[in-house]
Amino acid sequence: MTKRDMRKPVVIVDDVSVTYTVYATGKRARGRLGKDGLVAKKSSLRKIRAVENVSFTVYEGETIGVIGSNGSGKSTLMRSIAGLLEVESGRVFASSRPTLLAVGAALMPNLSGEQNIMLGGMALGYTRASMTNSVDTIAQFAGLEEFIDLPMRTYSSGMAARLRFAIAQHKDHDILIIDEALAVGDKQFRNRSEARLREMRAQAGTVFLVSHSIASIRETCNRVIWLDKGKIRMDGDPIKVTQAYKEYMDSISTSPEH
Amino acid sequence: MADTIDEYAGEHGLRRIGTRPRLGNYIAEAWRRREFSWTMALLSRRSRHARTRLGVWWSVLLPLLQSMVYGLIFGVLLGSHRSPDFIPFLVTGVFLFTFVSGSFSAGALSISANAGLLRSINFPRIVLPVSAVVEQLLNLLGTLPILFVVALAFDLSVKVEFLLFPLVIALLALFGLGVALIASRLTVDVRDLSKLIPFVTRILFYVSGVFYNPERLGIDNPIIVGAMELNPVYAFLSLARGTLIAGYEVTIFHWIVAGSWTLVLLVLGTVYFWRAEERYGND
Repeated sequence: MTKRDMRKPVVIVDDVSVTYTVYATGKRARGRLGKDGLVAKKSSLRKIRAVENVSFTVYEGETIGVIGSNGSGKSTLMRSIAGLLEVESGRVFASSRPTLLAVGAALMPNLSGEQNIMLGGMALGYTRASMTNSVDTIAQFAGLEEFIDLPMRTYSSGMAARLRFAIAQHKDHDILIIDEALAVGDKQFRNRSEARLREMRAQAGTVFLVSHSIASIRETCNRVIWLDKGKIRMDGDPIKVTQAYKEYMDSISTSPEH
Repeated sequence: MADTIDEYAGEHGLRRIGTRPRLGNYIAEAWRRREFSWTMALLSRRSRHARTRLGVWWSVLLPLLQSMVYGLIFGVLLGSHRSPDFIPFLVTGVFLFTFVSGSFSAGALSISANAGLLRSINFPRIVLPVSAVVEQLLNLLGTLPILFVVALAFDLSVKVEFLLFPLVIALLALFGLGVALIASRLTVDVRDLSKLIPFVTRILFYVSGVFYNPERLGIDNPIIVGAMELNPVYAFLSLARGTLIAGYEVTIFHWIVAGSWTLVLLVLGTVYFWRAEERYGND
């Protein structure tokens, strides 16, 4: 934090580390817990460092691409920036609470798409009346009119992601984090959501885009952060970073680890 | 160095993310989402029995069937209670107890059952246990007509104290909320506790005078009688019986016991739940 930038910061990530504690099973875990006998809970817990001492500052008007191989800590970092995951150490500052859009489970699996729209909107702070008016528009945006009265558990992951994006885009967000959420949609939906993203960015919004598609990162972002094993490997110009990333991925693609 | 970042962030109006808001703001934000809690309760109540033919009616039928089973065992087979008021006594006990145990277990599960929602949307997490309790309250309200009919069938007069009955239910609802708030954080902190829910519920069922009247059992050990009298669930059941059934009284003492427990659990539960706000949905 020694060099001062004249631009206005929107998000500051200050030395953030996140550790997951998970219940490990299988051969490797059993080897660890053998000694403790019956009450071996502690030793079957494995700590996984998903994000390690990450720091960066995002300025107004930036669209940040986040790249890295599977398990590099991208989603974990994004969830802690959104305040949905507690950090182990370090701090995150932001001008307003970021919104995360990610691929994942249904919101409320047993409720219909329409009921999910209603409840999701109300959880965001909308009134019931205003959501009743918006249900059709949101369903239309998601392209799910035909399926809107089916339980969300029957949706494919693509349909679920579309619905979640449609609910979230209903509100104007200053800071939006998109974690692969658009990759699952079909072409029409992608066009609709990219247009909506451009609209949001035009309203001085900040967007984080996590993607495995180098092409879409280059197209939409003006800064790219490359995460590797929980640490920042490179941060800067999209072309340079993605080029280095591609070369790195090519160089290790022959090794058995990947 | 940390100070300079704080200053830099403050200068540009940035706030820390991932820390809980102040309690007052938190409650205000939750209150703003009261429609969410209400709608969520309505919808999840309906969807819970969606694949059955009788649907929501099950929430009335189950406590009724339970009362009949206990009536058969404790009233007829064991024959401990020959008095005719045993039926309204038992039904009052079972219906109200169903609400308490329902709030306890639904509250305990309210966080883990809504993982999908927690992972995607930021909102004050307290609305989840609240909506779990609202759902239980709706179930309880649905069974009340049966309770009134049973009470009337055994004694045709309506007591003046009946006017206090809504107050008993209102206080009970807040009590259930306090229980749910504490249970929901406890099971997030120590997941093993969720396995103990049925046992705690069972013990509570046996010690709260749901199906027996301790006065008529002739228990005279002062410690047991004292512990019983301080049991909030027993206090609530006694209050409800006092307003519904001839021969039972509404006592100031039970109001004090029920009221104090409710106040303590509600305040304690709200603060306790709020203090772990940033942890819900972490896994």
